[in-house]
Amino acid sequence: MLPNSSPLWGGWEGPLNIKKMAYDKFTKLTSPAVPLPIENVDTDQIIPARFLKAVERKGFGDNLFRDWRYDKSNQPIADFPLNQAKYSGKILVGGKNFGSGSSREHAAWAIYDYGFRCVVSSFFADIFQGNALNNGILPVVVSPEFLEKIFAAIEAANNAQFEVDLENQKFTICATGESTGFSINPYKKHCLANGLDDIDYLVSIKEEIKKFEASPNPLH
Amino acid sequence: MKTLFDKIWDSHVVKQVEGGPSVLYIDRHFIHEVTSPVAFLGLEKRGLKVLRPAQTIATPDHNVPTINQNLSIKDELSRNQVEMLKKNCVNHGIVYHGLGTEGHGVVHIIGPEMGITQPGMTIVCGDSHTSTHGAFGAIAFGIGTSEVEMVFASQCIMQPKPKKMRITINGTLSKGVTAKDIALYIISKISTSGGTGHFIEYAGSAITSLTMEGRMTLCNLSIESGARGGMIAPDDTTINYVKGRQFAPKGADWDKAVAYWKTLKTDEGAVFDTELVFDAADIEPMITYGTNPGMGIGVSKSIPTSQSLTGTDKLTYEKALKYMGYNEGEQMIGKSIDYVFVGSCTNGRIEDFRAFADFVKGKKKADNVTAWIVPGSQAVEKQIRAEGLVEILEAAGFELRQPGCSACLAMNDDKIPEGKYSVSTSNRNFEGRQGPGARTLLASPLTAAAAAVTGKITDPREFL
Repeated sequence: MLPNSSPLWGGWEGPLNIKKMAYDKFTKLTSPAVPLPIENVDTDQIIPARFLKAVERKGFGDNLFRDWRYDKSNQPIADFPLNQAKYSGKILVGGKNFGSGSSREHAAWAIYDYGFRCVVSSFFADIFQGNALNNGILPVVVSPEFLEKIFAAIEAANNAQFEVDLENQKFTICATGESTGFSINPYKKHCLANGLDDIDYLVSIKEEIKKFEASPNPLH
Repeated sequence: MKTLFDKIWDSHVVKQVEGGPSVLYIDRHFIHEVTSPVAFLGLEKRGLKVLRPAQTIATPDHNVPTINQNLSIKDELSRNQVEMLKKNCVNHGIVYHGLGTEGHGVVHIIGPEMGITQPGMTIVCGDSHTSTHGAFGAIAFGIGTSEVEMVFASQCIMQPKPKKMRITINGTLSKGVTAKDIALYIISKISTSGGTGHFIEYAGSAITSLTMEGRMTLCNLSIESGARGGMIAPDDTTINYVKGRQFAPKGADWDKAVAYWKTLKTDEGAVFDTELVFDAADIEPMITYGTNPGMGIGVSKSIPTSQSLTGTDKLTYEKALKYMGYNEGEQMIGKSIDYVFVGSCTNGRIEDFRAFADFVKGKKKADNVTAWIVPGSQAVEKQIRAEGLVEILEAAGFELRQPGCSACLAMNDDKIPEGKYSVSTSNRNFEGRQGPGARTLLASPLTAAAAAVTGKITDPREFL
């Protein structure tokens, strides 16, 4: 304990005003997808640091991929996928190691605020994956081969539909009917499907946390 | 038989959710101005207060200017964020180390120097470089803002237990090779995703011979390999470092703590999911040439070719070199540079400035170079002055700035201009990381010093 530590419990007494998360429940999604066939898309690209100065969680979508989306005179860069009218939808498909680097949750907020509900890649960075799940975005991990099939399907028909079925943990390329399973932690699946967050749960087990704190431990 | 990681993790599990993550108790929570305001807002909307303010430590670092800190912050949004942190700390009873105060500095620098960071702890912060604190034999990792709110509300976090990796580096480091070079070497071998899903334990004679500051540099960069964190078993080096610091245990508590810390090591025969072994003799001073920390090579080497790459791998590689303005096969040595940045949670501690000052002593900064020398904390700045390093730096044409994250992520005014090359002791060379269009070359303070005095990429060993 730090010397000025206080034994007071500060957290559990207040009323729980909010039961609903800031995101919508995720169940099933059928949508075209936007391709971003680049690897190691780091969170500095998703939302550059200079846009992290807000103290509220809103408006980050405007600056999603800011420096790939706009040039220095704020004109849209024509060949960036988000600027191409032929691509649309609530699914973003990225190359492997998506979301690496900074832990900034603003990256997940920007993706959600822009309108994406699902990000597909063959590999996600850990912190981004957690942040996505905590914000109603479903990260779907597929094999590198299946990822190539998705990119190919989008190129074959830009408005190709994809179905993301959380309950059955299945991602389908509608045009060909090809599908793949994906894994998700059952607890996080439950949270996502019901619009719940971890804080509600943690507050509900307060007695157990108190007991843990009181238990003998060389550190406490 | 347990690993060091298992021992600390298991002793902090409050509850295991069936088919889900562990509820992990958090001993120390560091917060800063950028990733905390939305968490405080969420907490207030729920009508909750911070549960354990005394285990929460706050400082503004990401957004602060590194000159004229006595004046009001000019940028309105930055000022607002810093003021918001202060206000939130007052409302929730959290100790706040404000600009210009004795305890101010980069969050991952002040924790260890005050003795808040200790072996066996679980430590989190809304910043991926929280992995720094693993140097003490702690489980320390970066979290998102939703998780910051969880820790505020419950002093716990929900986390699946990661896999375990051990990286052993045997042998002795060559002259001019530092902890930074070890880290960049590892990441160049395993890539920026090689550690994903894992928590790393570093071991071997090249690791145990590092100072605490070197260990912090190495663990700091664990996240750049994709690993959530990295740790080193506490030993006499660790114990001697912690002893006597402001928040270190005292008297009988100290003896009890040391006895416990000495149990914190991986049991012989404990199994890791992944084991990697490297030879210290193979490591030379490193520099990056691309746009992620895995794109690093020995400074004497040439930029690799993309011959073996196909598909998105090849496109990604070509995109990176195009951004950097480099071509495959080119030598790094001799390439002109424009800026040098020494500082950050990676290399902003006293030993880094000693190494830099020792190198530039009696030399002159190259005319084509703008250098930003930014201490990691007030305490580091004070020590730089006490040791007479400022005079050495100034005689060589370098000016010491004030503490903060500075050009590492360029949230303040310390931005590298578009197209310019910056040899930086920081942690990320992503596109635009140091300012829109900026080109970053990651290196150690020694390699940065060699570049600063020659104006080009130089092998620091030529001068040693």
